[in-house]
Amino acid sequence: MTNTEALIHELIEKHGKNRNALMPVLQGVVAREKFLSEDTMIAVARELDLSAADVYGTASFYTFLDTKPRGRNIIRVCKTISCHMQGKEAIIRAIEDHLLIKVGETTHDNKFTLLTANCLGWCHKGPVMLVNDEVFPSITPEKVIEIIEEFAKKTN
Amino acid sequence: MEQKQLKKIDIIFGWDDKCTPIQVVEKTIKKTAESIILDMIDSGLKGRGGAGFPTGLKWKFTRNEESDVKYVICNADEGEPGTFKDREILDRVPEKIFSGMTICAYVIGAREGYIYIRGEYNFMLKTLQQKVDLFNQQLHDKKVDFQIYLRSGSGAYVCGEESALFESMEGKRGEPRNKPPYPTVAGYNSKPTVINNVETLVYTSEICRMGPEQFKALGTKDSRGSKVFSVSGDTPIAGIYELELGMSLKDFVEDFGDGDTKAIQVGGASGHCVPRKKFNDTIIGFEGIPTGGSMMIFNSSRSMYNVLHDYLEFFTEESCGQCTPCRIGCQQLLKGIEAVKKGERPPTYLDDLKRLTATMKIAAKCGLGQSVANPFTSIVDNFREEIIY
Repeated sequence: MTNTEALIHELIEKHGKNRNALMPVLQGVVAREKFLSEDTMIAVARELDLSAADVYGTASFYTFLDTKPRGRNIIRVCKTISCHMQGKEAIIRAIEDHLLIKVGETTHDNKFTLLTANCLGWCHKGPVMLVNDEVFPSITPEKVIEIIEEFAKKTN
Repeated sequence: MEQKQLKKIDIIFGWDDKCTPIQVVEKTIKKTAESIILDMIDSGLKGRGGAGFPTGLKWKFTRNEESDVKYVICNADEGEPGTFKDREILDRVPEKIFSGMTICAYVIGAREGYIYIRGEYNFMLKTLQQKVDLFNQQLHDKKVDFQIYLRSGSGAYVCGEESALFESMEGKRGEPRNKPPYPTVAGYNSKPTVINNVETLVYTSEICRMGPEQFKALGTKDSRGSKVFSVSGDTPIAGIYELELGMSLKDFVEDFGDGDTKAIQVGGASGHCVPRKKFNDTIIGFEGIPTGGSMMIFNSSRSMYNVLHDYLEFFTEESCGQCTPCRIGCQQLLKGIEAVKKGERPPTYLDDLKRLTATMKIAAKCGLGQSVANPFTSIVDNFREEIIY
């Protein structure tokens, strides 16, 4: 059994062997592996007795259930109006310049993927970004580099 | 029209040591379900998520359904741009939400409750789970047959639409269902379900704590009580404020504006844009402009074209794609204003686009597509020259 299959098994034990468990199971895999590979989706389908197309249908609907390979840390910068007004452009530019990638891309060392997100719910403390599940409100172009460097150090 | 002065209130975040949320549950479930429903109806409480359905009626309809299994669901999929009040409530007074859910469960006859919380708030799941566990234990100790579970979203705005939320909980794409049947008849797992917004559930608990009279004394005939507002944009004091309903936008802007306010977007991307000249006679409440709480303030340095463009981009991305009016409509509105801006289309093309939003309002399947007309027409009507030039 591969690592991923073991994880899927464990998640199904916890959430139940039925369709209602699909979201928590997919979320559990993404939490560790950052995205859902074709093999993963087929394995989940087999375990839950669903068609692979059903699993892909659900997964591909949700922004946070990526079906494309992602880096080990996912940065999501809020791009909605309040953060726009508070300077999200400068934040994105600072990250792009620092990591030498554009929005939507992953660094060569596979440590970071840079994405934008719709309203993250911190409009009074923008600009804001998520790194994985962690939230960083009131960021500046300088602060954002420090935060990313911290994550880079923690990621081998 | 009845109008209120701006007044700050402290019900949602206030804490009563003599009557904690679990004590509210104990006290309330000694009453009959019918009398609790009457209190809710009497209080005049309407849903705080934006749509404003009377909470007491929702509970009553679900109670009246025959079914062994029923559910209470707390909609914490707060995704409307400019709204962040539910996060604050989940963070500071989650026990009040649990209390409201338990009382609702007692009224309708449910044994399971779920909180569906947006994936963007995953960082608070661990703490929230601990608080849920503690509350569940208290319910168990007091022999209340009800347990609360957490479910997460995964970054889809449309899942805030109640039937899309059920679909998501059932492991499907978050595509809204046809209505009827309504959730009170067939919701989660096709069972009768009460789905209430985070803030609504807190008010139900508070109404049970202090009685409907005190709640009813606030607000106006059509908009009873107070409401939590998320204030952002060009304001020196952005943040969360609980205010009495029924105030005018003029009063609001005096307190929250930066002295140079040009317009306020009431109700988030799906809400209405009110220009300065209409502040005096715009009431915040169900008789005027209702809101899920989002108040975005724009000063004269802001281009309303950029604001509208941002909203349309948002809707284009967040449309679930299921129904054509919304899927194609959002794309065409976005392309349309870009074309007018570039001079590729004449200014009168904006009127064609307005007709498109009218179609979307009638033909789109859910609130997402239906409400795009709100920001579009209110911004285009009031700031037409900014869209064109």
